[in-house]
This record gives sequence, structure tokens and C-alpha cells, in this order.
Amino acid sequence: MSATVVHSLWTTAADPISKIDAPKIEYGQLSPTLIILGAAIVGVLVEAFVPRKSRYYAQLFVSVVALCAAFAAVVALAADGYATTKAGIAAMGAIAVDGPALFLQGTILLASMVGLFTFAERRLDPETHGNRVDSFAAQAASVPGSDSERAAVKAGFTTTEVFPLLLFAVAGMLIFPAANDLLTLFVALEVFSLPLYLLCALARRKRLMSQEAAVKYFLLGSFASAFTLFGIALLYGYAGSVSYGTIAQVVDGTISTVDPALADTMGNDALLLIGAAMIVMGLLFKVGAVPFHMWTPDVYQGAPTPVTGFMAAATKVAAFGALLRILYVVLPGLRWDWRPVMWAVAIVTMLGGAIVAITQTDIKRLLAYSSIAHAGFILAGVIATTPDGVSSVLFYLAAYSFVTIGAFAVVTLVRDAGGEATHLSKWAGLGRRSPLVAAVFAVFLLAFAGIPLTSGFAGKFAVFKAAAEGGAAPLVVVGVISSAIAAFFYIRVIVLMFFSEPRPEGPTVAVPSPLTMTAIGVGVAVTLVLGVAPQYFLDLANQAGVFVR
Amino acid sequence: MTNAENLIALLIAAPLLGAAVLLTGGRRLDAVGHWVGTILAAASFVFGAILFADLLGKNAEHRTLIQHLWTWIPVEGFQADVTFRLDQLSMTFVLLITGVGSLIHLYSIGYMEHDERRRRFFGYLNLFLAAMLLLVLADNYLLLYVGWEGVGLASYLLIGFWQHKPSAATAAKKAFLVNRVGDMGLSIAIMLMFTTFGTFAFGPVLGSHEKPGLVDGASEATLTGIALMLLLAACGKSAQVPLQSWLGDAMEGPTPVSALIHAATMVTAGVYLIVRSANIFNLAPDAQLVVTVVGAVTLLFGAIVGCAKDDIKKALAGSTMSQIGYMVLAAGLGPIGYVFAIMHLVTHGFFKAGLFLGAGSVMHGMNDEVDMRKYGGLRKYMPITFVTFGLGYLAIIGFPGLSGFFSKDKIIEAAFAKGGTEGWILGACALLGAAITAFYMTRVMLMTFFGEERWKNQPTRSPEAPSAEPAAAHHGEHAEPHPHESPKSMTIPMIVLAFGSVFAGGFFSIGDRFLHWLEPVTGHSEGDSPLSAATVTGATMVCLLIGVAIAWAQYGRRPVPVVAPRGSLLTRAARRDLLQDDFNHVVLVRGGEHLTRSLVYVDHTLVDGVVNGTAASVGGLSGRMRKLQNGFARSYAVSMFGGAAILVAATLLMRAV
Repeated sequence: MSATVVHSLWTTAADPISKIDAPKIEYGQLSPTLIILGAAIVGVLVEAFVPRKSRYYAQLFVSVVALCAAFAAVVALAADGYATTKAGIAAMGAIAVDGPALFLQGTILLASMVGLFTFAERRLDPETHGNRVDSFAAQAASVPGSDSERAAVKAGFTTTEVFPLLLFAVAGMLIFPAANDLLTLFVALEVFSLPLYLLCALARRKRLMSQEAAVKYFLLGSFASAFTLFGIALLYGYAGSVSYGTIAQVVDGTISTVDPALADTMGNDALLLIGAAMIVMGLLFKVGAVPFHMWTPDVYQGAPTPVTGFMAAATKVAAFGALLRILYVVLPGLRWDWRPVMWAVAIVTMLGGAIVAITQTDIKRLLAYSSIAHAGFILAGVIATTPDGVSSVLFYLAAYSFVTIGAFAVVTLVRDAGGEATHLSKWAGLGRRSPLVAAVFAVFLLAFAGIPLTSGFAGKFAVFKAAAEGGAAPLVVVGVISSAIAAFFYIRVIVLMFFSEPRPEGPTVAVPSPLTMTAIGVGVAVTLVLGVAPQYFLDLANQAGVFVR
Repeated sequence: MTNAENLIALLIAAPLLGAAVLLTGGRRLDAVGHWVGTILAAASFVFGAILFADLLGKNAEHRTLIQHLWTWIPVEGFQADVTFRLDQLSMTFVLLITGVGSLIHLYSIGYMEHDERRRRFFGYLNLFLAAMLLLVLADNYLLLYVGWEGVGLASYLLIGFWQHKPSAATAAKKAFLVNRVGDMGLSIAIMLMFTTFGTFAFGPVLGSHEKPGLVDGASEATLTGIALMLLLAACGKSAQVPLQSWLGDAMEGPTPVSALIHAATMVTAGVYLIVRSANIFNLAPDAQLVVTVVGAVTLLFGAIVGCAKDDIKKALAGSTMSQIGYMVLAAGLGPIGYVFAIMHLVTHGFFKAGLFLGAGSVMHGMNDEVDMRKYGGLRKYMPITFVTFGLGYLAIIGFPGLSGFFSKDKIIEAAFAKGGTEGWILGACALLGAAITAFYMTRVMLMTFFGEERWKNQPTRSPEAPSAEPAAAHHGEHAEPHPHESPKSMTIPMIVLAFGSVFAGGFFSIGDRFLHWLEPVTGHSEGDSPLSAATVTGATMVCLLIGVAIAWAQYGRRPVPVVAPRGSLLTRAARRDLLQDDFNHVVLVRGGEHLTRSLVYVDHTLVDGVVNGTAASVGGLSGRMRKLQNGFARSYAVSMFGGAAILVAATLLMRAV
């Protein structure tokens, strides 16, 4: 550092600070995210200042109000035209407010609301010492099996911190698909990943497995984040900017020099290609695409089931939103390079997920592999690189997230002495014992399988149609074959539930509170409505399908 | 009456409401159910009459009312509307359906009095009315198809109404299956229409008879295909050869059902379909020829079957088949015959319904005996039934001055007017049919109402009597029957229908009223007959007299044996419905069994082999891939690293290539 600079630090006369422009923040357009972030902080304060007994209700209240308010803000923005005519970039180029962003934010908020209900469920576990408890550990910090854990259970503690954690994760997810520069993207990635790592470790039962899952998720997630970050650095080296729009222009060749200091590296295609591949890899990790999927079954199985449902739905929505924006806004000029690679990823993802799912014996692992296969189907829509591709992916994500949360909510109901009975053999004959629960689960499975009159069919039809029109017909063929393979194991579960003899010592179906009932009910309703009358929502996704640049 | 078209939906709504109320209302409605059904049927008739008056008040060219209710399936490039079209053709049907339908509702009150499921019966009857009205009022083929299936359903439910009898259940199933073949024809026709014209609404596709719609531009091959598929549909619904085999068995249903559905209305839906689609058939002469052949063959086939049956209802069923054959023949003649096909349809609706109700009345008084060989001399015991049945008899054989005379004579004339060799052949068939009709109807008349009283000194309900109706179990089984006249609720409809049988034909024909009424819809041409009208009428009279004379010689002069003689080969074949079931069994059932057996073999060896092999290999692959998931985070990280390396390498490679 030169002496003059040091000098200037000690004086105020040389350059008046007022010359630095204050950043212009469009608070209104950012309000959905800001509301959630604010509520998360309020949640932390609730943990600090509200007596333990009232915390649950206070937290639930804060979360519900925040999610509702944020959703209302999204709807207001969309109604105000920010999804179409007034779409633009806010917060000094950091956040895009456009159709896809608002559509995905709305989806994430609704899915989170439904997920929140399953978080707050306190009727499934038997009361311990007169206290109603939820699916989360009594005291996260106590070692499993230790005296302090027993003491915490006996005292009836519950981990109400899950609510602010959930809200922080939601805030990150809201930013993720809207991020318009690479740094914001990375910050958002971490903001939603870190709370999820924590939440995964908080299961009340099978705590060791839960903690193992969390550690795996954290290690592999950090690994993937490192790739992403390194990719960001390479792209900055290539383009001299982290802004999506600027990078895209450099890729197109519209701009040749951004930063004279980077003249050596700028325009070096190797940096571009490697950087792009690494960023995309980080996102593929989050969506659970093969070969970056291996965390999925372990984490889905180990995490508390409400967290699994929330994570499977909302993370996928956010990550696919970010992937779409990267591929459609930053890298459209590179289309001919990334499309063949993504083809291959989509194919191995669809086939891999469907094939490995066949031999699964645990319902949560089965659903994990099913989510991998679905990631492949959605990738087929992403690859279309047409407006129809965007809207079909948006529709698919909305449809898929509600089916997923609903299905995992049903899983929380089927219990035996050890908590949730997730081994498939225990589900035999469930249809005789609890016809309603089995029927609801069958609806979700049929939706996963893509049977007509469920949302799964409408979604699959939309992405495959977009893919076929986008010139990816072979991909559609593979997709249909994978769907056929996948249908086998979905239907197998239905057969198991309805056509097998119930086991004598089989699980019981717990009667949930209205919270879980609402979550499941919303799941079924959305599944059927989007299946029977998808047109309105397809139109909505169509209107929302244009990215701002 | 400016908005008369708004009434059209009410025509259907009234019986539909009745069906809904009666079928869901439960036992509470048992006491009043039959009246609810009858009143709603009559209400529909009143709406029909109001609309008829409205139409009469308009000029001929303005007599088409359209009511658009809602768009049923709105998809880009595919639109199905729920729209009704009331023109002279559908108006004729509406009056026939609701008029005869109301009378038969009334008749059923007495006939079904002792059936504990009477409420349900009336629910089905109302359902039938609603579906049949939908069929004739629809403004596009898809909506027509809904009605078409609806009447099929009602027919199925009513044939099998006494489902505890295996024969009734089988007959219902048979009717349903045979009709499916025809329905497939209709659905294929609709699909062909949609791919050819892009729509299946009557207006755009058919146009009017002066100015054809889209059909004008289509190739003759396509139109012939559509027309033949429509004919297949008509054959199924109207029991025409080769899909005729179900109608005889359908007589297992209660007699009012036979009168309404299997004589007067539903079975004529095929004729409606052909006449409605006139503009398609007009442009497909080959298909028209097939229609006439089907009509001519069926009219002889049905008549021959009718000659041999001893079961009164089955004899009448053969006659129905034969009379519809006449209508189909006329419809196949094109503009020469359309009007007369419909006219015969209406007059037939009167006299055949009357005959069936008469048969029901006879059965009602005879402990549900249906074998005519155990009737005889009943005219003394059932005077009203005798007179009304007799008038129906005179009408159907074409006795001068009665309804059948006018309508059938016109069809025979039209057949000759077709011209050429075809005209001669078809005309000869129609004449021959007239002679046979006279024969078998005289036979029915003589065996039932004249001759010695063969029912005396022997109990009826012998084991071989197939159609014993439990409704009248109160008469006491195995006792000598005490023939008696039926109650008023049954005789009044018979009297009304007898009036129709006598006067309808004359009323329609004087001053060509019916021709002028219907001509704007169907068009009409005279054709050039090689014979004068008087010659044809004369020839018909001669045929009629020959038929009656032979019947008199066989059944009037000589006593009728109680046990049927063995008979000639033709008689025995005709008793077995001219071997139609045997034919179906050998060709379709056996053939189908062979086909399925060979398919099952292929399925077991080849398909299952491939399927199981695939499943096994996928399963094996799954098991092996699963081992990759070993639970170690380090392995997962290696997999991710490898994946990232491949991703980067592949991206770079793409650029290099």
C-alpha cells in the first residue's frame, strides 16, 4: 500500500465520501425475500426471549404470517406486471424480478407453507412425559443415547429452532432462482444449504442415522459448493464480470473488454467452458442428477421425514430455477456446447434413478430414487431451450413439489413402535387397514408414475412435448422407457398395499392433527386439479416463461 | 313464442330429472314413483307439442331451431358443443318418442303393478326417454353418440330388468355385446369425419339438402367409408343383418319395454342416423346400394323368422326386424325414399307398439303364457284387446285405408322407382315381404284370437315357456288360465294407439302433408318408376291376399296342434332364427376362441419371454448399480469428482469437435 493511500485513510478532506452513490434498492420488488428473512430473524429473537412453553406457538405464528405475507407480495408483484411487462433487474443488478423468478418463488412459498405444516405436526409421536412432541430431536446438541438426551426428553424439550431454520432456507431458495449475478447465486446457495444441513441432523428417532446423513450432506454439499465457487472464479476470469447479462454479452461477442486488468484471460474459451461446466455441476448436485446424486438416498432416508419432503420439493424448485437461468440467460450462446453434455446427464439420470429404484426396500429411499428419475425428466424439458421448455419445467416443478410433500407426509403417518415404519414389507396390506391413507398414497404414486388425470401426467406430457419440439426426440424415447420402468415400482407399492395380506404385527396409521391433514389434502387437491384441468396453470406458466436479461 | 328454442332442453330435462329422482330417491318414492315417471314423460310430450305448434307457425325454411347450451370440450382444433337442433325431422321423432313413450308409461302402471321394483323400472324408462331425445336432438355426431350409448344402456338395463332369470341376463348381455360392434362403427365414422372435415357438427358437415356442407368437397372413397361405418352402427341399433341376432332375445324384457324400445323408438335410431346423414349417403352411391341390400335382406329375413315363431313376442320381434328392413331399404334409395322411410317409421311406431301392448295384454290375461299354440278363441274374453290388436294387424299388413297401407305402399313404389335391374329386384323383394307379412300376421291373429280354446284343460307355464314374467305371479301358477280383459290403464293406451294405427297413414298422405313437412330437411325426388302407382298398389293387394289366404288355409281351416309339428327344414331353421346364433357361434365365437388361444400362446412364449427377460435384466442391473451406493461419503465424493471431470472434459470435447 502506498503512503498516499494510507494518508487518505487518515484524512477526510481529500475525497468527499458523498461521491459514492448509495446503492439503489427496490425494496418493494424484493419484499418476498425480505419478509422471509425478517421473519427468520424474528424467529431467532423468539428463541432468545420467549418462554419455552410459548415458543412453539409463537414460532408457528411468525412462520405462517411470514409465508402468507411473502406469497401475497409475490402475487401482488405478478399482478402489477412484474412477471411480464415490468420485468426487470433490481438491487443493482443482483436480483432479477421476472416471470420465472416470481412463478418459482410462489411455488416455493406454497410448498414451504405445506412443508411447514408437516414440521409443526405434534400428534404423531406419543406424548413423552405429558408433552406433545414433533419429529425433531428434543435437544440437538445432546449426544444420542447420553444422559443429557434422556434429561432433555424427560423435560419435554422440543427444537423450535427448526422454524427460523426453515425460514432462512426458504429465503435462500427465494433468491436462488432470481439471482442475477454469480456471487448472489453463491450466497443464496449457502444461505439455503446450511440450514438444511442442520435440519437433516435433527431427527427425534434414529438420531445416529440422521446425524450421519447430515454430515454426508454437509461434506458433499461443501465439495459441490467448492466446484461452483471455482467455476465462478473461472467465469470471472473469462468475462471480467459476475453479472449474468455481461457474461452473456461477452459470450456472444457483443462486448470484448470489460476490465483492462483481465486482458490476459478475457475471452479465453477454456476458462469459459470449464467454469460453466463447474457451475452447472454444482447445480446438478443440488437437483440430484446422476452422477452427482449419491447423497440423495442416504440423506432422504436419514433426515426427519418432514425435512425430506420439504427439501425434496423446495430445493428442487430453487435449483432448477437457477439452472434454467444460468443456461438460458448466461449461456445461451454456448448452447451447442452444453446441450449434448446435458443430454447425456439427462439420460443417465432418468435411467439410473428408475433402474436403481426397482430394488429398493425402504419407502424413503424409493422416493429418493424416484426424485432422481424425476430430475432427469425435468432436465429433458430444460434441454429444449425453447420458451415452451421453460414453461413446461415451471409447471412440472409446481406439480411435482406438492406430490412430493404429500407423499412424504403420508410416510410420517405409518408408524410402529420404532417410529416411522419405512420398510416396504411393513406396508403390505395397508389398504385393508387404512383404505383412505393407502388410497391417498396411491394417488401420489400414480402422479409420480404420470398416469393421466394426475398432475404427473400433465407435467410429463408438457416436458416431453417441449423436448420433442426442441429437437430432442431420442431423449423423449428414453424418458418414456424410464417412465415405464418407474411405473413398475410405483405400481408395485400400490399392489403391495392393496393386494397383499396385512402382517399381524404391522404398523399402525397415526391420526394426524389438522396440520398434516391439510398438507396431504392440499397435495391431493393440487395433484388432481393440475391433472384434470391443467390448462389454466399451463397458461400461467406460459406467461411466466420469459427471462429478463 | 319468440324464444321457443329455450324449451328444447326442457324436453330432455324432464325425463332426466325423473330418472335421477327415481333412481336415487330410494324406497320413499315407491308409492308415487310410477306417477312421477309418467307425469314427467307427459310433461316432455307437452313441451314437444308446444314446440310443434311453434314450428307450424313458421315458414318451412325457418323451422330449424338451434339451442346452444355450453361448449363441452373446448380444445384448440377440437370443439364439441352441447347444442340441440330441432327441425322437422327431429320434431317428428320427439312427438313419436314422447307420445308413444307417455302412453307406454301409463300402460306400465298397470302392467308392472305387482313388481316390487316398479319405481326402478320407471326410472329406467325415463332414462331411456332422455337418452333417446338427446339422440334425435343433438346437433353434432359426438352428442348424438352420447344419446346413442345412453339408449343402449337403458335398453341393456331394461332387457335384463328381471335379472334373476338367467335368460334375461344373458339376453341383456347379448344385446349389449352385439350393439358394441355397431357402436364401434359409429365411433370410427365420427373419427373419420373429424380427420376429414375437422368437425362433426351437423351444420358445417352436412349443410342442407340444397347446399351440401363440407361433404361436397370430400372424396367419394372417404364418404363411402364414413357411410358404411354409419350403416354398421345403424345395423347394430336397428337389428339389421348381420347384427340382427339380439332383437329376438331382447323380448326377455317386460312387454312395455319391447313395445317402446324394441319396436317403436330405439330400434329405429339406425333409420334416423341414415336419414340425418342423407347428404353423406347421397354422395356415396356404393354405400347406398349396400344400405338397400341390407334393408331388403333383413325385411325377408325378419319376415321368415316371424312365420315360424310360436312365441307371440318373438313373432312380433321378427316382424319388427322386417318392418325396419323396409325403412332401411327406403332410406337407402336416397331422396326418393327418405320421407317414406320416416313416414313408415312413425306409422309403424303406432301399430307395432299397439300390437306389443296387445300381446302384453293377452299375456297378462293368460298367466304370462307366450306360446300361441296354447291360446285360441280369445276374442270373446278380451274384446278390447281383440279389436285394438286387430286394427294393428290390419294396419301392418297394409289393409287399404289404414296406416300401413299408405306408408308401405309408398316404399314399394319407391323401390321400383329406383330404376334399372336394382329397382326390379328391390321392388320384388318388397312385394314378397308384403306377402309374407300378411301370412305371419294372419297366423298370429288366427292362433291367438280364433279357433278352439286350446288353453282349456291344461295348465300353462309349462317348463318350456321361456318368458314367464313374474309380474303376474299372483294369478297362481299351474292353474288353468282365466282369460280376462286388462285394466283401464292398459286398455286406454291400446285404444289411443289403435286410433293412430288406423288414421295416421291417411292423415299423413292426404295432400302429401308429411312429404311437405319433411321435404325441407331431407329433400325429395319422384324417381321414374317403370310401373304406375296403381299397378304397384294392385300388385301389393294381390300379394296381401295370397299371404292371408295361405295363412287361412293352414291355421284357420284346420285346428292348430298344441305341440308344434316338426316342420320342414326351412321352418326348423326359421325357428332357430335362421341359424343366426349358430352362424355367430361358429364364425365369431369359435373363431374368436381360436384367435385368443393362439394369441395367448404367442403371449406366453414370446411376449412374456421378452418381458420377463427384460424385467430380469433390469432387475439385475438395478442390483448391481445399487452396490455403488455403499454408504461411504468418500466414494460419493469420488463419484462426484469423476462426474465433474467427465462433464468438463465432455464440454471441452464438444468444442474441439
